[in-house]
Amino acid sequence: MSSTVSSTEIQPELTQEPRPLNASYGKLMMWFFIVSDALTFTGFLIAYGFSRFKNIDSWPIADEVFTHFPGLHGVDAPMYYVALMTFILIFSSVTMVLAVDAGHKMQKDKVIFYMFLTIIGGAVFVGSQAWEWKNFIKGEYGALETRGGMIIQFVDSNNNKRLSIEDFAVYKPQYREQHKKNNGLWFQSEPALDEYSVAEVTEGFMADPSIVVRMEKIDEKGHKIVLNRQQSIEKVKQAVYVVRGANLIHNEYGNRLFADFFFFITGFHGFHVFSGVIINIIIFINVLLGTYEKRGHYEMVEKVGLYWHFVDLVWVFVFTFFYLV
Amino acid sequence: MAHETEHKLEIFRGLIKFKSNVQKIWGVLIFLSIVTAIEVVLGIVKPEALMAQFLSMKLINWIFVILTLVKAYYITWDFMHMRDEKFGLQVSVVITLIFLIGYAAFIFLVEGNYIYDIMYEGFVSWNF
Repeated sequence: MSSTVSSTEIQPELTQEPRPLNASYGKLMMWFFIVSDALTFTGFLIAYGFSRFKNIDSWPIADEVFTHFPGLHGVDAPMYYVALMTFILIFSSVTMVLAVDAGHKMQKDKVIFYMFLTIIGGAVFVGSQAWEWKNFIKGEYGALETRGGMIIQFVDSNNNKRLSIEDFAVYKPQYREQHKKNNGLWFQSEPALDEYSVAEVTEGFMADPSIVVRMEKIDEKGHKIVLNRQQSIEKVKQAVYVVRGANLIHNEYGNRLFADFFFFITGFHGFHVFSGVIINIIIFINVLLGTYEKRGHYEMVEKVGLYWHFVDLVWVFVFTFFYLV
Repeated sequence: MAHETEHKLEIFRGLIKFKSNVQKIWGVLIFLSIVTAIEVVLGIVKPEALMAQFLSMKLINWIFVILTLVKAYYITWDFMHMRDEKFGLQVSVVITLIFLIGYAAFIFLVEGNYIYDIMYEGFVSWNF
């Protein structure tokens, strides 16, 4: 065996693209990306799991937080909406894989049709998520927060139904108005004043003896602990802040981290869906222009399909760990 | 490019064999929908029998995790065509993720549980 290899010997093999593991360069790189992106989502979900195990006896119950369904006002509909969203995303995954299949058979019209359906499905999903966020941010009942950051919710002891602070808070005229540019110093302003003050909610609470407090803590059966009237009065006296809805600092549902993880995980996933829709649109335009018809294969559709299925896959996990478990 | 014949058309270890790739896609969709429906029904009904603790988690949560992994398998294997890839590619994606995710999940959840115990048994009140 000679110690040198002349260039003519290896030349013929290099005319063809090397295909490690029998996958093309583009597909292999997409798999690399998917593995690393899966680890990013793992980081988020494991951080969520960590915080949840750390607060295992006081974590908000998802069924009681996500209860809205379009068109059903005031009806308690836990999970139906997310289940619908899950189904929309799985279905758009199916149309995507049908587009890939049509691409293998070089059927341009079918690829166009199925990719169009995929884009619509993705857009509907992002829209649904926006609606979900809107409900989450707006909140439903409102709550008080104690100095230690615990959330106090209110229940009607007659029928065990949650009470909104609007239902019982008394109206006391504010001792001052919101400082705006047009009514105070022209170069200064402040954020909107809270609609209800702690004093207003407390006074309303004291006036109606049937209202009791519902704690963050969960009993052995997995229900939130409801205090008796005497304990409730003690608790309400510790309140320092009125919370309505959710943001990154306060939320009316319970542990502050809950809203933070909700925004970060579903937001990061929603951003993936959004970019997936954009990439799908770019590929869709290329299909319309006949780029892949001229190239002789539809591998780009396959690659963007891999990404799209991955987004679907991540949602399956988010659905389980955020809404079911 | 790939042709129809290159797809492996069996699922459930050959229990169901589809005639074409398109048929297989719809079949997998039906299967995934059934699994999702089971999850949603269990999540709404929450049967009392499944509330027992098992390995520091409720039995129902274990069922959710297992059903999720089943769904993940069929999405990867049939929608992402992992079934048609070389064994080497399957292993390098799946083993990497299973090892890293399993390891991280284990240490972080154990640590979270430990911190819960510390806060629960400690002398500092977190509720004031």
